[in-house]
Amino acid sequence: MTAQPGLSRYLQLNLNVNGKSFELNVEPRISLLDVLRINLGYTGAKKGCDMGSCGACTVLVDGKTRLSCLTLAASVTNSKIETVEGIENDPKGKILQESFIKHDALQCGFCTPGQVISALFLLNTRKSPTKNEIKRFMAGNVCRCGAYPKIIQAIEDASKVI
Amino acid sequence: MVKIVKTKVEFEGRFRDEYVMVEGEEIQAWPGSYKGKLVGSPSPRLEAGAKVNGSAKYTHDIYLPGMLYGKFVRSPYSHAKVKHVDLSKALAQPGVVAGYTANDVPKLTGEKQIELFSDEALYQGAEIALLIAADEITLHDAIELVEVEYEPLRHLVDPEESLRLRGSHAIGGKDNLSGGTPRVYERGSVERGFSDADVVIEQEFRTQAAMHNCMETHGSVATWEGDSLTVYTSTQSINNVRAELAEKLGIPLRKVRAISTYMGGGFGSKFGGGKYTLAAALASRALGRPVRIVLDRIEENLVTGNRSQTIQKYRIGAKKDGTLTAIQLTSVVNVGLQGWTADIGGPTKMTYKCPNVKVELYGTRTNLVSSTAFRAPGYVEGNFGLECALDELASKLGLDPISLRLKNYADEDQGDKIAYSSKALKEAYERGAEIIGWKPGEGPTRRGTKVRAKGMASLIWWGGGGPPAYAQVKINTDGSATVVTASQDIGTGTRTAVGQIAAEELSLPLELVSVQIGDTVTELYSPGSGGSQTLASIGPAVRSAAHDAKSQLLDIASQTLDVAREAIALDSGWIVRKSGEKLSSVADLLDKFGGATVTGKGARGPNDPKHQVNTFGAQFAEVEVDTETGEVEVLKVVSVHDSGRIINPLLLSSQIEGGVIQGMGYALWEGRLIDATSGVSLNANLNDYLVPRSTDIHEIQSEYIEAEDTSNNIGAKGIGEPPIIGVAPAIANAIKAATGIRLRELPLTPERIYRALKKMDDWTSSARYF
Ligand code: FES
Ligand code: FES
Repeated sequence: MTAQPGLSRYLQLNLNVNGKSFELNVEPRISLLDVLRINLGYTGAKKGCDMGSCGACTVLVDGKTRLSCLTLAASVTNSKIETVEGIENDPKGKILQESFIKHDALQCGFCTPGQVISALFLLNTRKSPTKNEIKRFMAGNVCRCGAYPKIIQAIEDASKVI
Repeated sequence: MVKIVKTKVEFEGRFRDEYVMVEGEEIQAWPGSYKGKLVGSPSPRLEAGAKVNGSAKYTHDIYLPGMLYGKFVRSPYSHAKVKHVDLSKALAQPGVVAGYTANDVPKLTGEKQIELFSDEALYQGAEIALLIAADEITLHDAIELVEVEYEPLRHLVDPEESLRLRGSHAIGGKDNLSGGTPRVYERGSVERGFSDADVVIEQEFRTQAAMHNCMETHGSVATWEGDSLTVYTSTQSINNVRAELAEKLGIPLRKVRAISTYMGGGFGSKFGGGKYTLAAALASRALGRPVRIVLDRIEENLVTGNRSQTIQKYRIGAKKDGTLTAIQLTSVVNVGLQGWTADIGGPTKMTYKCPNVKVELYGTRTNLVSSTAFRAPGYVEGNFGLECALDELASKLGLDPISLRLKNYADEDQGDKIAYSSKALKEAYERGAEIIGWKPGEGPTRRGTKVRAKGMASLIWWGGGGPPAYAQVKINTDGSATVVTASQDIGTGTRTAVGQIAAEELSLPLELVSVQIGDTVTELYSPGSGGSQTLASIGPAVRSAAHDAKSQLLDIASQTLDVAREAIALDSGWIVRKSGEKLSSVADLLDKFGGATVTGKGARGPNDPKHQVNTFGAQFAEVEVDTETGEVEVLKVVSVHDSGRIINPLLLSSQIEGGVIQGMGYALWEGRLIDATSGVSLNANLNDYLVPRSTDIHEIQSEYIEAEDTSNNIGAKGIGEPPIIGVAPAIANAIKAATGIRLRELPLTPERIYRALKKMDDWTSSARYF
């Protein structure tokens, strides 16, 4: 990315995040993750790697999971973006969050927002996923603390209530 | 009255003397039969809500007004002379605010001599220069414009080579053998032990360097108000960071405040401030604006340390009936540039009854980053060798692995010959064997190309905690309580556990207790969160503080309500007669005094010198090996622990599962790969460095035996580290039971297993696990 260092021509764009619309002036190369975190203060999405390998930055773009570190903010101007801060209003999101709390599906909690978002997409697409489906679906979300058994349990449990 | 007590303080098996201040009346430990209302209950974490909705603020989430971003220019070579650094092109970029090389350090530090940058890079990632810019994109662009002229020099990344070339190629001009001599431990006489033995086995094992890869990379945000520094930092010890900064900056402790409200994992790698924190503080002072330096994932893998690579040679002598007569371990430990030689011999010295033991550790320096503590440092590595060797001994003697271990059960500490404060390892073997369905002599079961079998391992660790640790418990005007201590919660559940302890002592519902930790401004010293000692250190101080607050409150109640002090008690936020009659709510009582609060103080008392405090466990694994691919599935792990009283079984099981999973990673997939030819890392990221993922996990059953332990007033011992210690040998022993093949080198990757099964030669490659 050394082509034109420093020559950041600012780009004006509009983002719809958690149901609110934002007008922004940003560097064209900026990732959705950085815009969410730095410009908009949605720090729920975390930067675990910035290279698409950990899932900590997972958000929903038009209802589907997306690694926001690999997504240019400028590419999602016409989309509906949801972060962990917004999902409390989604009844399924709320149930999932409560299930994570009840099962202690988190330790340090750094990966948790990404886990919750991925799990929400899973439950939006599959009614009662099997344990193996849950594991496969969640394989992109690293948890270095190793909360996996309880994350899987929390999702399975939530799927029964939803 | 304040009492001063001199006591021995242990951290990860290292001891030091310390004087501690103990205040207030000493309170008796809860007896083993004590069943708490809150202590022992599986309460969800106090902060779980903030963690699931994104409101928990980690260091990464701190963006201050006017904040600048910093990043180091780092050496791409593992050994090179830095001949010239030119920042001019980078500095010419709009948005780049400052740049510093070794020559500019005085601009930052004034009088103080601080080494921030290297003129000879002695490991890949060594700091060469620092750039500061207004935003990250500008910063990253500018980093690429820095011109550094390097003269690559011969690197030594292989510890055996480093030892061989000790005379001719001293790394950085210092002896490649760390400390100049091996670290030797001896009890009895191994010569005599071997001559008394009926059988002697010799075994060699190798373990790899493992990377912590905390999900939140190391980072700090520094900001000054006048001559006072505040630093937000992702750390296991706010007190260490504070002391380190005060010392390096040459300012009084009171001028430094370290904050770590939430942090995303440490596992041993975050005990100090590191150069990134110091540089952020220095640059912020020089530039008059907040400065943030957060490492990226690659830097995290290159410069934050690792578990040491080891080579372990065991010689074990035993009688026909399995009685151990001697154990000798000689080990090379790759400590990187100047890491510490972790005690690989810990398990050898401590786990079993054996009169003759000798351990020689060759801490060896290489052109790799300094190794650092990683969850049960030394013991994880050493236990792999010892527990695999013991299984070999069992099979040579025709004994069941558990019988061999029971035959050599240690009833007292083997080094100092003092009694354990508690030990329930026997019960742990029994419970684990029953759950996994252990049958002596049971062979593998086969289904097509897949074979299944079980293996086990014992473990011993520290985790008794100790002073100094201080806490206050405040009873607030509204009858709620606040626990205050400068501890931190690294994900283990410290907040919740100390909240439960205070609530128990005050007889308050947990909802009415809040916990203020993660900030040195409270001045209530608490040890770093490591060594499995947090709860056993701070928990008793919190209980004492709560007890003190309670007695003050009862004094006030007795005088105000005009009832005898002995006749009243606290119950669920009420002052009650011991008969049960409610007299006044705490809130109403304190309201009479115009919004008064009551503050109880507590300190962690010393441990009883007549007892040795250790934690114990037995771990069992059932594996399935695919003989056509070499892949291993760990079908089930049963992990049984003696960690004293369990304050919160839900959080305990999280610790156990997490430790077991990290142990599986270490056993099967993880390992730093270094290209021996160029000396650089080949997998410094989360795509190529393979940490466990959800698909790798099957059943993990966590169990505990609640042994009565009165060495501190809550009866708890640690649990953070024990669950990782026995996992690799349990898995390796299970693979041996399944396939008949003893694998001696971690990680037990599919290619290694496949090659061993097919009797193929070792794969030669310049990619090596160093
Ligand atoms: S931060 Fe996006 S995948 Fe890791
Ligand atoms: S809870 Fe710590 S990384 Fe998942």
